[in-house]
Amino acid sequence: MTLAFYLAASIAVLSTVLVITCANGVHALLYLVVSLLAVALVFYTLGAAFAAALEVIVYAGAIVVLLVFLVMMLNLGDAAAIREAQWMTPKIWIGPSILSAILFVELAALLTSRNTGAPSLVVILPQDVGIALFGPYILCVELASILLLAALIGAYRLANTSRR
Amino acid sequence: MPTAPLLPALLLALILFALGLVGVLVRRNFVFILMSIEIMLNATGLAFIVAASRWGQADGQVIFLFILTLAASEVALGLALILRIRHRLTTLDSDAANLLQG
Repeated sequence: MTLAFYLAASIAVLSTVLVITCANGVHALLYLVVSLLAVALVFYTLGAAFAAALEVIVYAGAIVVLLVFLVMMLNLGDAAAIREAQWMTPKIWIGPSILSAILFVELAALLTSRNTGAPSLVVILPQDVGIALFGPYILCVELASILLLAALIGAYRLANTSRR
Repeated sequence: MPTAPLLPALLLALILFALGLVGVLVRRNFVFILMSIEIMLNATGLAFIVAASRWGQADGQVIFLFILTLAASEVALGLALILRIRHRLTTLDSDAANLLQG
């Protein structure tokens, strides 16, 4: 478990360094996905499987897809097709693929080994999170819904360029 | 009681946050600034998860859920703002957006 934690943590740091030093947006996004997956595995080794699933679904799923949309939308142009062909050469995929493969092997080893977690590790179940969320934190849930509504209206208003 | 690797996990959160901060300060492309902000928010969530795992309470994971909500709305608004800036300034350089009412 400790080895899994340190492996995932080093992959997270390495891929994050590669994110902020990459010159190309798409390459940085590939490493960003690897970094978020590594952090999700760190969550799993810390006994927070629910948060790990949410990290993969929301961060590595939704938010990175939005960023990919942004990068692809902003690079429209005559040279975009040529540039995209240059981006997607096979050697670009080697780095993220190796890191993801290490993460995958680590996850498989964690899932197949029956001792999920050190015996002293407290595993927080999704039931506990749900009970806390809709018990003492119900006001914060309402505030989060208002925040999401404000973000929805604001994004619609800002992205609507035909108005003025 | 030695529960989770507390100090290394907090150090990981610190390193990721510092990397995100360096990204915000160093990069001048709006897309990279948005990515670095996501990295910083993610590191904050990691710190909360570490705290939840250390004390065995669900509160840290609840706060992590709110950080997820915040990150999602932040990236949606940031995307719309970047599209507007690109539309108006025809560049993604954040140094070009240096005029209020510009």
